[in-house]
Amino acid sequence: MSDSAHPAVHPAPTTFIRKWVFSTDHKIIGIQYYFLALIAVFTGLALSVLMRLRLAWPAESWPWLEKIFPVGFEGGVMSPEFYLAMLTMHGTIMVFFVLTTAPQGGFGNYFLPIQIGAHDMAFPVLNMLSFWVTFLSMGVMFAAFFVAGGAPISGWTAYAPLSALGEVAGPGLGSGQDLWIISIALFCVASLLGALNFITTVLNMRTKGMSLMKMPLTVWTWFTTAILALLSFPVLLAAGILLLLDRLGGTSFFIPAGLVVSDTVIENSGGSPILWQHLFWFFGHPEVYIAILPGMGVASQLLSTFARKPIFGYHAMVVAIFAIGMLGFFVWGHHMFVSGLSPFSALVFSILTLAIGVPSAIKTFNWLGTLWGGKIRFTTAMLFAIGFVSLFVSGGITGLFLGQTSVDVQLHDTYFPVAHFHMIMGVAAIFGIFGATYYWFPKMFGRMLHEGLGKLHFWLTFIGVNAIFIPMHLMGIMGQLRRYAESTEFKFMEPLQPYQEFVTIAAFVTAAAQLLFLVNFVWGMFKGRKATENPWEATTLEWITASPPPHDNFGGRELVVNHGAYEYGVPGAPRDYVMQTDPPLESSK
Amino acid sequence: MADARVENTGLQVWGGGTLPYSVSHIKLGMWLFIVSDALTFSALLFGYSYVRISTPDWPTPFHFWPTVVFATLMTAVLLSSSLTMVLAVNAAQRGDRKWTIRWILWTAFFGAAFIVLHGLEWMGLINQGMTLTGNPWGTPLFGATFFGITGMHMFHVFTGVIYLLAIAGGVARKRFHSEHVEVCGLYWHFVDLVWMFVFPLVYLLSVDMGA
Repeated sequence: MSDSAHPAVHPAPTTFIRKWVFSTDHKIIGIQYYFLALIAVFTGLALSVLMRLRLAWPAESWPWLEKIFPVGFEGGVMSPEFYLAMLTMHGTIMVFFVLTTAPQGGFGNYFLPIQIGAHDMAFPVLNMLSFWVTFLSMGVMFAAFFVAGGAPISGWTAYAPLSALGEVAGPGLGSGQDLWIISIALFCVASLLGALNFITTVLNMRTKGMSLMKMPLTVWTWFTTAILALLSFPVLLAAGILLLLDRLGGTSFFIPAGLVVSDTVIENSGGSPILWQHLFWFFGHPEVYIAILPGMGVASQLLSTFARKPIFGYHAMVVAIFAIGMLGFFVWGHHMFVSGLSPFSALVFSILTLAIGVPSAIKTFNWLGTLWGGKIRFTTAMLFAIGFVSLFVSGGITGLFLGQTSVDVQLHDTYFPVAHFHMIMGVAAIFGIFGATYYWFPKMFGRMLHEGLGKLHFWLTFIGVNAIFIPMHLMGIMGQLRRYAESTEFKFMEPLQPYQEFVTIAAFVTAAAQLLFLVNFVWGMFKGRKATENPWEATTLEWITASPPPHDNFGGRELVVNHGAYEYGVPGAPRDYVMQTDPPLESSK
Repeated sequence: MADARVENTGLQVWGGGTLPYSVSHIKLGMWLFIVSDALTFSALLFGYSYVRISTPDWPTPFHFWPTVVFATLMTAVLLSSSLTMVLAVNAAQRGDRKWTIRWILWTAFFGAAFIVLHGLEWMGLINQGMTLTGNPWGTPLFGATFFGITGMHMFHVFTGVIYLLAIAGGVARKRFHSEHVEVCGLYWHFVDLVWMFVFPLVYLLSVDMGA
């Protein structure tokens, strides 16, 4: 009986390689994903620090940097092309290998099976493959730094025709761009394998009593994110194949006729750069929600746990998660308002974009409703969850500006959208990841993180990111153009230079504050206080098992779920929380 | 707290136990893969439609003989393979291992025949000067979309043949049961279905109607 109920049960591995390297255990794979994202995030952070240095003090020379980067820093000054290469790699690494990987591949892998009471994912071997293909993909991406010409300079969106033409269009657009495309194609495959697994696991492997409406909201967001990934990455894969054909096969899907680049007449004809934008953004917009949705789930979980109250409007939350996910497929055109879209379709895309404000507002008010009148415990995890809501509001509200065509025409390609998307899909999603880390670290590593250090990390980061991105909104309104290594070349941008310096200093402080996190993390892994089974007095299934959980998650127990995911402060219950597996209460019979 | 009310919603009926939707992991996984792969093909066909609409003088060089006749023959071969696949699944569900393997091998044979016919057709077109980068009739994208889309489809048929042979081997060694055959069949029928879009869009719409 138990075999047919849980077909994925496999014996615990005994060798080191099977246990820690080619592991099929979702918990180990989750940790592998998490560490991969950790390497990626600090790489991406270092690139942004270098860019900020260039932006704030364009005339300054840094001879010691020339020793590290002999190509990009001739004479100690970062060349504009190297700046673009940094920009491209920062965006790509952060979007794919951090924001897509850590919340879904990391925490999703680790906690989705546990939270639904399963012993593993539905396809453990595919899960392992998914991680190793991601790993390979990241290796190929990092290799782009080291080939002749360096990393590509076409941005994380790889806009054609720049990305389609090859070396003639600029440094890094030769083999660097090829590697970029191959890496992204591999990532698409890995993401498909992960998405198959997540969806099948949620639909097929819930334990007895874990009906859909008893699932924690984290599971709902991982599930929705997996659906988005399943439907959006294959389109990026197709676009990548066509782009690779353009570059290696001599076709011209994305190259129009009569192009002159670097004083060279391009022979191709017939293609359309707009086609690339359509295909890319059909993936690209859902991708934004792939990054942010798991953060919403984590925020819901944490706010409810630490406010000691049920989540406000559970059903509305589930509907809103789905509405945001599905609407995300019909708004890609709002990235193309200045690309020559017909005004009629721009209007439709604009209306649909603004419609996303409705489910987003539902979620925000439900979070506030959850906090209202709660007995709030201000743990570090809770602070990050509240920070998430704050950033979600301040980053989301600017989306309403950019979603309107007439305003977007003015603000397009300035720092305003840069500040907007960093705030919402960058920093808010990162706050979701931090919140999840402080919350689940005890379960993953069996030890507690240091709360005091964590709170210091929170405040420095929260104030820091606002100090970085609020001025960037203002700079954008004043006309500061994005993607320029040096804004002093333009008279109208010169007065904004003090802003650039302020933002850079804020960025340095914020980046340094992340070292606190790293110290706390490493210290916590080895020296942290031992964690109990349920240190936060939370209700979901991961808290009824040991920290860290045994190989089969529940030590051979077959669970029966009797309660919803967020039953805090229930009248008549023996404690102020009712765990999902607790026996039914007398009063509800 | 809100438990009593929540219990009454329709989503609550499942009481637990095995597989709430009675679909096995591998079958659900294959369906999800098919959805995903269908979107890859949709994107390619969308790209084809996009460049075709935005090119005013898109060439229509194909004639009834040989292209349409050849493509129809290929279609017939592929459809036959779907029929033999159905028979294979049927035999597998009856537990008839011998006929399961026979029908799977017939399916793989038709798949391989399709690839050979397709290859001959490609050779004919290449001999007429049609390549990825150019053709005698007009925009170079005509050749690029043709080879891009049919090439992607042929790659799927090719992997499908390997998949079929692997399943046949697994059935022969009693490692795979009827569900594996059925799931393989899902993939195979999907690849056929894609051809049912490729055939009219890429072949029939490129026929010279003499206008």
